[in-house]
Amino acid sequence: MEKQTTDYQKTIRAERQQGVLRNILVYVLLFLWAVIVLFPFYWMLLTSVKSYGSYNAEHTPSFFTLHPTLQNYQDAFTAVPLGRYLANTVFFTVVTTAAMLLVITLAAFAFARLKFTGKNLTFTLFLSLMMIPNELVIITNFVTITNLNMRNTFSGLILPSITSVFYIYLLKENFEQVPDELYRAAKVDGTSDLKYLLRVLMPICRPTLITVTILKVIECWNSYVWPRLITDDPNYYLVSNGIQEIRENGFGRENIPAMMAAVVVISAPLIVLFLVFRNKVMAGVSRGGIKG
Amino acid sequence: MEKKSFKAWLYLLPAILFLGFFLVYPLIDVFIYSFEEGYNSASQTYYGIGWYNYSYVLHDPYFLQAIKNTFLLVIITVPLSTLLALLISAALSSIKPLRRAFQTIYFLPYVTNTLAVGLVFMILFKKTPYTDGLINLMLAWFGAGPVDFIDGPYWAKMFVLCFYTIWVVMPFKILILTGALASVDQSYYNAARVDGTSRFRIFMRITLPMISPMIFYLVITGFIGAFKAYSDAVALFGTNLNAAGMNTIVGYVYDMLYGEGGGYPSYASAAAILLFIIVLTITCINLLVSRRKVYYGKANN
Repeated sequence: MEKQTTDYQKTIRAERQQGVLRNILVYVLLFLWAVIVLFPFYWMLLTSVKSYGSYNAEHTPSFFTLHPTLQNYQDAFTAVPLGRYLANTVFFTVVTTAAMLLVITLAAFAFARLKFTGKNLTFTLFLSLMMIPNELVIITNFVTITNLNMRNTFSGLILPSITSVFYIYLLKENFEQVPDELYRAAKVDGTSDLKYLLRVLMPICRPTLITVTILKVIECWNSYVWPRLITDDPNYYLVSNGIQEIRENGFGRENIPAMMAAVVVISAPLIVLFLVFRNKVMAGVSRGGIKG
Repeated sequence: MEKKSFKAWLYLLPAILFLGFFLVYPLIDVFIYSFEEGYNSASQTYYGIGWYNYSYVLHDPYFLQAIKNTFLLVIITVPLSTLLALLISAALSSIKPLRRAFQTIYFLPYVTNTLAVGLVFMILFKKTPYTDGLINLMLAWFGAGPVDFIDGPYWAKMFVLCFYTIWVVMPFKILILTGALASVDQSYYNAARVDGTSRFRIFMRITLPMISPMIFYLVITGFIGAFKAYSDAVALFGTNLNAAGMNTIVGYVYDMLYGEGGGYPSYASAAAILLFIIVLTITCINLLVSRRKVYYGKANN
């Protein structure tokens, strides 16, 4: 009897030890990946506060600096038009997102609430458009915008970026979850469709609208390919092209600290946006954001 | 009734106009472009109709290099990133303290600008006359010689590209897999534990089959995404990817369209359609494989 209990205790102890070991391994793995993810961010912050002279004097890169300077940030805004790139990107992002919200809300409302002939067929056609890869249509869009003389204009940048079938779909699904009774009650009260959409549907579906907005803002802020094709005048560069321009012709190739300051300035807004709306961003992305 | 229909179409009108003009029309047009031989974008004229553009692209050494680079990138990064994400998600779901913090950190690459952070990676890996860079410093700790990862040998450049690509795609995969792991019915685990099944066996026999649809989803989107790789390469090696020998298929399409050596929408169209055919084929193969391997629940949907 006594022997049995010791055996039992032994097994328990062995299992516990195994558990501790496994936990240690798990945390080591997680910390390791966290370091790999965070290190580039640390390095860009660190380099951005090293002075030009001290950075270039380091044959062996050092992991910290005792004399941080903000000179590089000043250079980033004065020696290259970083402020201009940022302003362009903010303008592009705000206008594109606002226009997209208008277009997709109207379309989603029509699909979710209005009755019309050919609705199902049209919706199916819309959905099938989701499968068209951007790389196929960008060629003709490039030629179209060029022929319309809209290169290096904001309309050329914005117009092709406005619609998204996927967001129409997302919003339509959400609109449909709102009980029909509300719509009928509004009709009885003599509320117009547009008023119902603005006063009832949109407030109820605000979470989805916010999610869509955030995803679109991220997409706009980071967009590179279309702006690169359509702008070659630095006055119209967005941040992605701006950073590429800075890298290739900016401070002179060797001023890495100033480049890193620019990188920090470009990266910071979205990181702040993400930290503030963490749950919304992650929920939104898992529902339909694909990158890579 | 007619009036009602009219009103609905009015609501749809902006979306239809935008989609028609920037999505449907270009889709048709790209096929037309790809068959117009000797198209001149200045005079908008062409000599004839035929397969010449495809033949030109398929014989272009830059395109063949791009195909090779892209396939290597796909074959290396898709399995590696999916496995790594699976490992990390499994680790993440087995802990309570710090889980939220780790999740937040792991998601950061998703919201960063590929071009901007790529510049940081370039600096970490680059060897200049002044400094060997941080990665080479670390290599030196293990007695490995300095390698120029940005302008050096092909394998080194491919390594950086793959590393950066994995770094960029991991957030999405970890997010999806942790979600999938959290949704597995706990009663299966309890039943297995009562039977004294080992943890490894539980993972292989219960967890993996239960989340296999999501793994499969990630593999498909991973393939599609990796075949369209472009901006990661630009971020590391600069805009002239052909000179660096690191161009991708999408990069080839854009280079044909615009920039030095650009102005050939017909070649660009042919290359884009070839890319599309490759992606379509791979996706179909994936779907066929998944039918046998993926567990879609008892009701089979």
